[in-house]
Parts: sequence; C-alpha cells; structure tokens
Amino acid sequence: MPAYLARRLVQAALILLGVAAITYLLLYMLPADPARMVAGRSAGKEQVEMVRMQLGLDRPIWEQFGSYMWKLLQGDLGRSYLQRVQVTELLGARLPASLLLMVGAIFCELVIGVTLGMIAGLRRGTAVDQTLMVVALVFISTPQFVIALSLLYVFAYWLGWFSIGGYGEFQHLVLPSLTLGLLGGGWYARVTRSSVIEVLRQDFIRTARAKGLDRWRIVLVHILPNAVLPIIAMVGIDIGYFMGSIVVVESVFGWPGIGQLTWQAIQQIDIPIIMGVTLLSACAIVLGNLLADLVAPLIDPRIKLR
Amino acid sequence: MSVWRGLVRRPVAMVGLVVAFAFVVVAIAAPLIAPYSPQEQFFDGLTLEGAPLPPNERFLLGTDLLGRDLLSRMIYGARTSLIVGLFANGIALLAGTLIGLTAGFLRGFVRSILMRATDLMMAFPALILAITIAALVGPRLEIVIYVIALVNTGPVARVVYAETTSLAEREFIAAERAIGAGTARILFRHILPHLLPILIVWGTLGISTTVLFEAILSYLGVGVRPPEPSWGNIVFDGQSYFQTAPWLVFFPGFAVALLALSVNLVGDALRDLLDPTLRGRH
Repeated sequence: MPAYLARRLVQAALILLGVAAITYLLLYMLPADPARMVAGRSAGKEQVEMVRMQLGLDRPIWEQFGSYMWKLLQGDLGRSYLQRVQVTELLGARLPASLLLMVGAIFCELVIGVTLGMIAGLRRGTAVDQTLMVVALVFISTPQFVIALSLLYVFAYWLGWFSIGGYGEFQHLVLPSLTLGLLGGGWYARVTRSSVIEVLRQDFIRTARAKGLDRWRIVLVHILPNAVLPIIAMVGIDIGYFMGSIVVVESVFGWPGIGQLTWQAIQQIDIPIIMGVTLLSACAIVLGNLLADLVAPLIDPRIKLR
Repeated sequence: MSVWRGLVRRPVAMVGLVVAFAFVVVAIAAPLIAPYSPQEQFFDGLTLEGAPLPPNERFLLGTDLLGRDLLSRMIYGARTSLIVGLFANGIALLAGTLIGLTAGFLRGFVRSILMRATDLMMAFPALILAITIAALVGPRLEIVIYVIALVNTGPVARVVYAETTSLAEREFIAAERAIGAGTARILFRHILPHLLPILIVWGTLGISTTVLFEAILSYLGVGVRPPEPSWGNIVFDGQSYFQTAPWLVFFPGFAVALLALSVNLVGDALRDLLDPTLRGRH
C-alpha cells in the first residue's frame, strides 16, 4: 500500500508537470497579446513595449518557460499581470468560497442522486423507475446556465424566496449548490440505480428477506450502505469536473470564488492566473482519481491495487 | 436489424429518435421553415419603449433585443448546434479511435507514449481549457469545433484502448496471427468491427456532449459570435433582461436541453442494446 501510494504520487507529480508545460506553451503560442491587454486599448506602441518589458514578455519564450517551471518547482505561481499580486495569494483568497460551494453541491448531488436512484432501483422496471430515469437524464442534458437561470427565475424572481446572487449568507448558497447538484444528481441517480439492482441480486439480500426482516430495515441497513459505495468513488472523479462547472455557475450567480476569478482572468488574458487555476484543477482531477482508485478495493475486495 | 427492433420496443428511445430527427430536418430545411430571415430587424418587432415583444401571432416565440424574430433565429441556431455536434464529435471519435486502437494493439514504447499522453489529456480541466483557447484565439465556429474535439478525444481514446487490449488477448486474434495475418488485416478486419458497437454508442452520446459544450461556450461569449445565431449566444444576449423578457432565455435554453435529452435517450437505449459489458444486466 505505501509503495503503491508513493508510485501514484510520483506519477501524479509528473502528470502535473506535463500539464503545466503544455498549458504554458499553448497559452503563449495562441494569438493573443497580454501586454496590449495590460497597457490598455488607448496605449501607444511604446507603452505596450514598456509593459512587455516590465512583464518579462520580451525575453525568448524558452527563457520565460524555463524560469516559470523553475519557480513552479519551488511552489511559486508568479504574479498576476493586472492585479500585481501573487497568484497563490489570489487563489487562496478565492478558495474558501469555492470550497463552500463544492460542499453544498456534493450534498445536493448525494441527496438528489441517492434518493432518486434508490427509488428507481427498488422499483426496477416499473413506470416509476422509467420516469425517474428520464428525469435524471433531463438533469444531465440541461446546460448549467439554463438550470441556473431557471432556478433564479422561479425561486428568486417569481417566488422571491432567495435573493438574486450575493454571498455571505446561507440563502445565497442554496441556488448555486442546487444548480450543480441537479446535474451531478442525475449522474448519481443512474449509478445508484445500477448498484441497487446489483445488490438486490446478492445472496445476503435473499437471506435477509427469508429471515423475515422488516422491509425498511433491509433497505436502510443492507441495501443502502452497499449501494452507496460506488458513489463515493464517483465523488472523487467529480471534484475535477466541478472545477470546470464553477466557471459557469459562479459567473451566473456572482459567486466570488475561483470560477469567477478564472473567467475574469481569461477575459483579461492574465496568463499567470489562468495557469494557476489550470494547475489547481489538474491537481484536483489527479487527486480525485487517486482517491477513487483508493476507495475501489473497499467497495470490491476483488480489486487489487497494482 | 435486431438493434432496430430493440429500439422500436423502447417507446422512450423512439420518442428521442423522432425528436432528434426533427431537429435535423429543421436544421437542414431552415430557409424553408423559418418564417423570417434570422438577421432582419423589424420596426414592429419592438415595443414603443424599445423592449422586445413577448410571443404573439406575428412572432410566434417573440422577438429579441434588436427586434429580430426569435423563432427564425432559433431555427438557424439548430444548424450551428448540429454542425458542431457532427464535426466536433466526428473528429473526436476518429482521433480517439486511432489513438486508442494503436495504443491498445501495439506494445512497448508507442503504447506507453500514447497512453501517458491520454493520461495527460484526462488531467486537463476540459471546460477551462476550452474556454481559454476559444477566448484567446477568437470566437469562430471552426475554433469551437476544434476545441471541443480536442477535449473529447481523451475519453474516446480511453474506452477504445480498454476494448482493444481485451480483444487483442482473445484466442481468435492469436489464431489470426498464427496463420500469418498482418497487423493491418487484424486491426481493420477483426478488431475494428468488434469496436463498432461501442463506437456507435459513444458517437451518439458524444453528440449531446458536444452540443452542450457549444452552448456553454457560446453562452459565455467565447463560442459562436453574433450575429450568427446559436442557442447559447441567444441566451447570452438576452440574459440581462431575463426578468422582463424570459422567453429570450427559456426557449433557446430548452431547445439545447431537448436536443441533448433526445440524443441521450437514443444513446442510452443503444448502450443497453449494444454494449457487451452490460448485456443481460438491465
């Protein structure tokens, strides 16, 4: 186990370095000029060149790349072009809001997904099952911005239960979490259903039924814990997906997290921030996958970590 | 044909197929169906205060902020969505199959390089990467197609790789080798036909993924550029008025969801019917 973990961590570090290198070179090959963006539209040629020198963008690309990677190895993500602050500081300041949203989203996903999936799986083949699975597919097929704007329209504008956007109170957390939770909940419902069906076929369920155990006891004690394990592995993979979704959801709700920071940075061609967010997300994806793999043997003892 | 019979026996999947087909017809026949030109700005398309009109007899789905007919714009928007769905998904499927097939069949050096490359691709935050590239290169349809194809290649390569490696271990492939069949023959005559079911499933489900991706990029303003209509950019343009003109958000938004849903319904049924790993489990 420790050897496995060590090897996976080394692999993860290599993948992250690869992601950093490719993203960096990609961003500088694209036809966009950060110096012009920083200098402003009205700036003259000389001013733009001045900014270019200040930012170190006049050096040969390999020199820039080398110094970025060298600093990265020391944990330094560089400074934002426009805000002139360390990127690590900016990310640190925005992280709590995004983590809060993530906790809310995962909570909604689990509640929605496991509930729908359990009901559908226990009533497999009935009209209830089919309806719930179509509902789950509707959640999966609807773009986040449509879910977000629909929830805003109904619950904030029409019913007036929540305020439109904002941050700091519990009521502000509900709609963004629900937006992310409906989408993920659709996926979880499908996985939970399959795994409930799988568990129902096991001998111990037949034994439990034969013993004459109470129906609810079978569902809550015997089926639920076994059916929910694959979902836990899925949460790991989900964390990476989450990093992409928050760009859309945070921009709709004005949520002051990493997603909003990313969106602003992309519009301002603030490459150090884009790099930082990409690396942070890649970290989340790699660690999430690792987590999922580590949980797998707990779910199915036949799986061995190699 | 058993697949077709299987589909017919699933009413939900058939509904999906009919709806998806209807979208294709609408997209192809857009000039014939659309009541007006998608770009024409009508004098009577705005209220006296200059606000867009809600759905009425003349403009069935209402008008947008410039007094253009929303229905006509959405009909042409179907073209954009389907073009992206077709091409981005096609490129991803082709590239993913090539990578997965090569890596799964060849051993040694090439395989480890290709698989490490897909590992790397899977670690990229797809949406952030796509938004960044699209924003920095400029909002153009081809760029949107390439970007979406790029981020969808990894997953396809993964699946094809897994299938190919398990196929390559099977006896009939060993038998082919024993009678002296060349690599190309084995790959194209024996492995590829066995991959077909899984490619059909992924190809179908991929349409909805790419359509959603295009909608999100265009919604963020880095996808298809106005005045070229796309469901995503119609929502982008109209969203600041969604309290007073909700039709500008909801009609195109639901169009995206409906297309993605119908394709997913078909893809799901196909997966149940075709995916050998799922056979007999549902």
